[in-house]
Amino acid sequence: MKISDENAVPGTIESPVEETETGTEDELDLPWQVVVHNDPVNLMSYVTMVFQRVFGYPREKAERHMLEVHQNGRSILWSGVRERAEFYVQQLHGHLLLATLEKTN
Amino acid sequence: MEICRHGDVIEISDVDPFLAELLRQIPTSAKPDDSPEAQQRLFSAPANDDDKEICAEWKIYVEPELRKLFQSAIETVAEDLEQLNGNEKSVRNCTLKIPALHADAWLNGLNQARLAIAARCNFTDGELGDQYRSPIGSRRDLSLFQVNFYGFLQEFILREINDPRTS
Repeated sequence: MKISDENAVPGTIESPVEETETGTEDELDLPWQVVVHNDPVNLMSYVTMVFQRVFGYPREKAERHMLEVHQNGRSILWSGVRERAEFYVQQLHGHLLLATLEKTN
Repeated sequence: MEICRHGDVIEISDVDPFLAELLRQIPTSAKPDDSPEAQQRLFSAPANDDDKEICAEWKIYVEPELRKLFQSAIETVAEDLEQLNGNEKSVRNCTLKIPALHADAWLNGLNQARLAIAARCNFTDGELGDQYRSPIGSRRDLSLFQVNFYGFLQEFILREINDPRTS
């Protein structure tokens, strides 16, 4: 679960056993989403501040996402590779937000 | 009660004994140990239930880090609250000074306490929106007042750290 900046590039794999591993890597590389869910206790101003801090979003964008969470129950804050998504979810949990990691359909 | 910022210090002055007692209760209220609901809220799942691998790894690698982070914030808050010690029996109002550098720890600690209390009491959305309910009545009403009072402090601290004149 730890985040590293190294981009591990898997080599060409030909044997049947290793093909299974290639499949796993492909799965890991599917775009992942960072989803934040509504929580009636967290303050709107606090949630906005957390989005600004964790994702570096400008205030307006952070507020848009906060309102989406508030009104629709959830908002996709970010999507991309799994490691980075895990890092963001960890940061959000550190601020006590309800956040999950989800595979993009 | 008055709250204002003087340079690098957030000063909460004229705190009456009742509110001082609620402040003293922040660290205890934030402890989720006695309640599975509070545990579940403070350490919520990082993925849907069907993604068991992510959830299992999270428990091993991430949750201990989160516990350390939350504990550290509560320790900072508890240190600042030591200023209120010795006044438990007094009827005089008191003052609490929070170094601005501790603002993040306070935001986190207050949030832990609010979430843990709300999870323990299982407040409805309607109750959480009722900011004018008197704390006198039942333990539940007092807990709701506590959640709102801690939220008020959070709002103030947030306003101060977002204020371009003070950052």
